[in-house]
Amino acid sequence: MDRDQEKIDFFSRRSFVIGGLQALGMSALVGRLAWLQLVEGEKYRTLAENNRINVRILPPSRGQIVDRFGVPLATNLQNFQVLVTPEQTEDVEETLENLQKILPLSDRIVQRVLKKLKQNPSYVPIEIRGNLEWEDVAEIELNMPHLPGISVQAGELRSYPYKDSTAHIIGYVGRVSEADQLKDPLLALPGFLVGKTAIEKKYDLELRGKAGKAEMEVNVHGRPVRELSRTAAQSGQRLVLSIDAEYQRFVQQRLATERSASAVVMDVHTGEVYACASHPSFDPNAFSGGISVADWEQMRDDPAQPLNNKAVGGQYPPGSTFKIVTALAGLESGFIDPNWTVFCPGHYDLGNMRFHCWKSGGHGTVNLNGALAHSCDTYFYKLSTMIGIDRIADMARTLGLGDVYGFDLGEERGGLIPDIKWKRKVKKDVWHQGETLNAAIGQGDDLSTPLQLATMLSRVVNGGYKVAPWLVARDGDKMDLTASSALRNGTPKPFSVSLGGSDIELGIDPKHLRAVMDGLEAVCRQGGTAYASRIVEENMEMGGKTGTSQVKRISKAERATGVRRQEDLPWHLRHHALFVGYAPTQAPRYACCVLVDHGAGGSTAAAPIAHDIMLEIQKRDPKAKPPS
Amino acid sequence: MFGSHISHGDETLLEKLKHLAWGQVFLICLFAGIGFTALYSAAGGHFDPWASAQMTRFLGALIMLVVLALIDLKWVFRSVWILYGMSLVLLLLVDIFGHVGMGAQRWLDLGIIKIQPSELAKITTLMALARYFHAKDIIEIRKIKNLIFPSLIIGLPVYLVVKQPDLGTGISIMLAGLSVLLAAGLPMWIFIAGVVLAVISIPVIWPFLHDYQKDRVTVFFNPESEPLGAGFHIIQSKIALGSGGVSGKGFLQGTQSHLNFLPEKHTDFIFTLWGEEWGFLGGVVLLGLASLIILYGYWMSFQCKHHFGRILTFGLTMNFSIYIMVNIGMVMGLLPVVGIPLALMSYGGTAMLMVMAAFGLMQCCLVHRDARLPRS
Repeated sequence: MDRDQEKIDFFSRRSFVIGGLQALGMSALVGRLAWLQLVEGEKYRTLAENNRINVRILPPSRGQIVDRFGVPLATNLQNFQVLVTPEQTEDVEETLENLQKILPLSDRIVQRVLKKLKQNPSYVPIEIRGNLEWEDVAEIELNMPHLPGISVQAGELRSYPYKDSTAHIIGYVGRVSEADQLKDPLLALPGFLVGKTAIEKKYDLELRGKAGKAEMEVNVHGRPVRELSRTAAQSGQRLVLSIDAEYQRFVQQRLATERSASAVVMDVHTGEVYACASHPSFDPNAFSGGISVADWEQMRDDPAQPLNNKAVGGQYPPGSTFKIVTALAGLESGFIDPNWTVFCPGHYDLGNMRFHCWKSGGHGTVNLNGALAHSCDTYFYKLSTMIGIDRIADMARTLGLGDVYGFDLGEERGGLIPDIKWKRKVKKDVWHQGETLNAAIGQGDDLSTPLQLATMLSRVVNGGYKVAPWLVARDGDKMDLTASSALRNGTPKPFSVSLGGSDIELGIDPKHLRAVMDGLEAVCRQGGTAYASRIVEENMEMGGKTGTSQVKRISKAERATGVRRQEDLPWHLRHHALFVGYAPTQAPRYACCVLVDHGAGGSTAAAPIAHDIMLEIQKRDPKAKPPS
Repeated sequence: MFGSHISHGDETLLEKLKHLAWGQVFLICLFAGIGFTALYSAAGGHFDPWASAQMTRFLGALIMLVVLALIDLKWVFRSVWILYGMSLVLLLLVDIFGHVGMGAQRWLDLGIIKIQPSELAKITTLMALARYFHAKDIIEIRKIKNLIFPSLIIGLPVYLVVKQPDLGTGISIMLAGLSVLLAAGLPMWIFIAGVVLAVISIPVIWPFLHDYQKDRVTVFFNPESEPLGAGFHIIQSKIALGSGGVSGKGFLQGTQSHLNFLPEKHTDFIFTLWGEEWGFLGGVVLLGLASLIILYGYWMSFQCKHHFGRILTFGLTMNFSIYIMVNIGMVMGLLPVVGIPLALMSYGGTAMLMVMAAFGLMQCCLVHRDARLPRS
């Protein structure tokens, strides 16, 4: 029994030791619990919240773009998409087969869906097809019981009702580049579209609107369990353009008689652009849904540049339209008056170089009026030698050439007005006087866009005010179309964009402007270069200036082989045809520039188009109509 | 010859019932009740599928506990070796015919029920040890050559269980067995040497572990190394517990549990769910209850006049205590995730049954505290 007692005592001692160890263990557990829950509780609470809450971005509706009368130019269509949620169906392939009985699905679509099936968690819906017809939607809804996992969702699709007519102004939207997707979570939303060209691009931020957000409680798989809070998305801003949509379409269609042409029609007082067209064009709706590589390449490589807005981005030698600038430079510099005359024998000799007038027989004795009306080169050769290139260049810049206006299209280009400084700086060469002669008639290094030429003419005919073209009506720095008194009652009131209303007078003597305008009116009268395209309707008469800018001189060798006329040359070597015009002559309101690429002659190719579009705008008279 | 020494064999059943430690039974019911609450919450506020099934099982297990308590201890004493042998055979059968679940062969499908022989082996191993030390006197115990047999008693089931592979149960059998060895008379220096040996043997055992077991151990030391992989469980468990704070998020309000960030919330990680919803206070109450049940075990052990009862009760108490401490230590990131359920709380049939059987045997020892058991 002693031994038994010894055994019991031993056991008791050891039990206490072990019990002590256990107590230590328990204390460790309580201590650990206190550490986690009391000391680090705050940290873990944050982590738990981060686990629990998932913020979902709600895409905003893209802002509408309308014309001056509120006619939609870019709008959003309901886009019905059919989706499949894999976790809601037992067999996705079978569901797709059933769907195929109602809705044709290409093999490519099926393969894409099955590929996504492997990538995505099963609760994420996969888009099967977008752009469903209403009939398809109805049919799917009807058969829903036989289509487990299938759902129809209404998304948005950008639509351009005026199609190719406004493509170069409005532009189009497209998918976000992968680099941009990292910048803003909104951009990373599947199917989110951003502006790629023109207004859609330049005003993308305004049009985009503000994303909303929904805070969702999610489970470990990221599947939403319930919504905690929601901030609605704010639709993008509605943009009102100065464009008259129907007129824009008219101009676009009128240009379609040529292979490649562009035109700008603007208000000489306010700078509103009524039409800005470039032919050929494209249907931007095709871009919304994605365009094939072949189509894209074809358009990209077309020499007529259907993807470019040549009216604002095309840079051409202005040709004889530039004579307006040279004439004003001469008058303003005081070297000549309107009665100053030059005898034109058909050429002008500078040293041992001979400069030809376009009329080889010569114009005889011409004054300013005659020189403009008949576009006598010799007159301007002589004048330019008297005043020098810098005076001409200064006047060109005063009238808005060689510079960008910050126009509402990013595609705007600045052109080039060469002078002595430019020659030294860029070409590292001295200015030769022969270049002055070429520059005076808009050849040589001179480059202008149709938008600039229309602006140049506007500044001449509006009484010498620094008007600049614009498209988008906004409060503040630009005129609000609905609020502006100038617009409401049609008062001719100068309006400046670039200078915000101050320093808007160019400081040109009105008598000189009048003298030039007399010459421009003579262009459309008997004997003038655009007489054939004159507007005969009363009170709608047009003044203007033709221009033919040389692409390639017809060589002696070609002349020998019978190439005498422009029409005999290959298209891409023919001269560009230009016409700048304004109307009505007694109270100028509208100015235009028409440019027919390789159209051979300003009076034959460009002036007839100008006639039609200047007559049409006066008939429509968008200025007189109240904007709605 | 032996029968005449047993003095309490002729007590009536009613008398025996009075001798049960009802206080411990009450604590066990409270502990299990916490488990039901947690299971109810785990199912998102429903009795199905877990709480109701668990309650039914508990009720059955409670009856079994009482019945076991009333069985004559000498029958138990006599059948120790048979039961021990049986559990070894069952473990072998699992090895041969076992049902593979969760990457491990643990279940034996007997047609009607699936049982986990490793759970049975926990108890029978302790019974065998108690039986062995009961027969040896203090001088014999302290002889080193007499340690070979008890080591085999522990080693055989541990080997078979770890081979299934069920590292968690294997370790808990070994720990419970070692604690019995220590309490019953193992010289302290041998124990310390054993611990040192165990540490040294880790690199030897390492290559034989399953990949998921290796993962768990690696991740234990650095859970952030694999936040979405094997470390996910332990990180999310700590977030759940920590975010519970002082008083918890409230009943049925545990976001981590209900949004499924917490894995295995109704089995191994049920303490986390409890701690998230009831906070530090709830956790301390639970640990306090467990401590009381363990203290009761010590008391019951000391009540026994015979060494078999003392050792067995002590061993079974240790078994319960190891369950609790390893599981809770594991979900709090103190120990590697080894897959040990929380006794009485985790959802699961065999574990519940065996824990209650262990308590039944403890009660049996208490009821028959004065039983005269033969020396050999």
